[in-house]
Amino acid sequence: MSTTTVERPEQADQRSPGATRRIGPLRTLQHGLTLAGRSVLKIRKSPEGLLDVTLQPILFLAMFVYLLGGAIAGDTGEYLQRTLPGVMAMNMVFGSLGTGMQLNNDITKGVFDRFRSLPVARSAPLIGAVLGDVVRYVVSIAVLLVVATLMGFRIETNVVSAAAAIVLVIGFALCVCWISVMLGMLVKSQQALPGVAMSFMFPLTMGSNVFAPTETMPGWLQAWVSVNPVSKLADTARGLMIGGPVAGPLSATLVWMVTLVVVFFPLALGAYRRRV
Amino acid sequence: MTLAVQAEGLVKRFGTTKALDGVDLAAPAGSILGVLGPNGAGKTTSVRILATLLKPDAGNATVAGHDVLRDPVGVRGKIGLTGQYASVDEELTGTENLVLIGRLLEMSRSSAKARAKELLERFGLTDAGNRAIKTYSGGMRRRLDLAASLVGRPEVLYLDEPTTGLDPRSRNQVWDMVGALTSEGVTVLLTTQYLEEADQLADRISVIDHGRVVAEGRADELKRHSGSQTLQVRLSDPDDVTATETILRELTERSPTANHETGLLTTPAEDPVLMSALVRRLDEAGIVADELSLRLPSLDEAFLSITGKPAGGEDSTPESGEESTA
Repeated sequence: MSTTTVERPEQADQRSPGATRRIGPLRTLQHGLTLAGRSVLKIRKSPEGLLDVTLQPILFLAMFVYLLGGAIAGDTGEYLQRTLPGVMAMNMVFGSLGTGMQLNNDITKGVFDRFRSLPVARSAPLIGAVLGDVVRYVVSIAVLLVVATLMGFRIETNVVSAAAAIVLVIGFALCVCWISVMLGMLVKSQQALPGVAMSFMFPLTMGSNVFAPTETMPGWLQAWVSVNPVSKLADTARGLMIGGPVAGPLSATLVWMVTLVVVFFPLALGAYRRRV
Repeated sequence: MTLAVQAEGLVKRFGTTKALDGVDLAAPAGSILGVLGPNGAGKTTSVRILATLLKPDAGNATVAGHDVLRDPVGVRGKIGLTGQYASVDEELTGTENLVLIGRLLEMSRSSAKARAKELLERFGLTDAGNRAIKTYSGGMRRRLDLAASLVGRPEVLYLDEPTTGLDPRSRNQVWDMVGALTSEGVTVLLTTQYLEEADQLADRISVIDHGRVVAEGRADELKRHSGSQTLQVRLSDPDDVTATETILRELTERSPTANHETGLLTTPAEDPVLMSALVRRLDEAGIVADELSLRLPSLDEAFLSITGKPAGGEDSTPESGEESTA
């Protein structure tokens, strides 16, 4: 062992008070935005990464409208009007998978360790991933609306309430994505994530009133569909885009959004802290 | 002397396994500390604690004057980390990665870009700056990792097995770059399982095994630690072996190992004066030696004598180059 006497290392840096320095909310946001910029850069580099939130909903829409729409609603045009707001809602649930995928990838590839070795707010990578995905959602909704318009969809209310529907849908995405973040932290490998995520995504998306009226469903399914947050969100978006009741489904949707955040944000954050 | 890195009694458990069992490390500012040990010895765990990526279960550490537990943000402002785990984004280009890190360090867009350009130039990656990292070769990738850890001009740089898996040419490039860093006053903590690497680069070496530091000192001290020097005599005429054996026995008071066919004699030798005495006696006896040498044991031998097992643990280390001969 070295026998050299050393001065206390604290003296090496006069500026260091030795106390814990924290990174304030403003700098946290700044770091988060920088990392969101990274997500956007990646989208620009490989737009094919957006196929899951662009092509998939279009395929769903086309399939249901042209294949089943006539049979379900008697008329494909009418079915499209009814279904599009729901597909938008559904797409947010599927799209949230990307948040968990990216975070899991960053952790397993070691990119997170790089960020964590920098004086960067610990929650910044999380904020960056979630904010970056807002861009994905906006692109996804824009593409979906263009295609739907080409298919014959028309907003029957007005631009303002249609815009409100879009904002609400994205807001919902920001609440539901914490489930995905949590799963992304819990699963060991990225490959396992889609399979695990399907277990919550499928009941949420398909077990809803997005594609079919609920009257003919068995009682137990009706019970679930009538409380399903995606049904509520779809109802609200329908009301805002093609007309109908808004207040009721909107308040139910907001209650769900708060619930999702209250339950899954702490769980996701806990899983994140344990993992990183 | 100021210590840039000082760790005392670091303990870390993962479940029931004790990864670190009281590790002490000390690196004077501006020096290169080599942490040498086989796989699973606790090298990476130590670095992760010193880089604030992991909290120790016991013990404490100070890095560039900041306590890793009480002031992790202060530590992060002073360190750079290069290891297989602290990675860069493979889909982004070299420039984009470096600029991203610069921006996270709150540099302005233009100074982040200038710093990226400067580092790419320095690491010979200017031409590759606009290519995605996933197209890089292993050596380029490691150089970019090194560049990424230098964006913030760290005072302390951790290099966790910086040359593992690299071909000899890329390895030499990394070595040159590490050497250049200390001339700028950067303190380097380097982990390696290659004895040659520690010998080449490090000012001081801490040998770590089973989560404990089993030896510490300069490379030559460690070599000496493992035992005495070896005196080696190669005679031009093997017939002189018996006479030489007698002379050596008289001088060292122990029996040398002698080979009557090759005329090679070796004996442990503590006393440096022995050499001149031997030359005189051989001269008097009219014995001609082709080779007379006093050599320190290799670090491999040192490692073997310290840990009781060959360097590299279960994994063989073909790149250490010194083993399997002897």
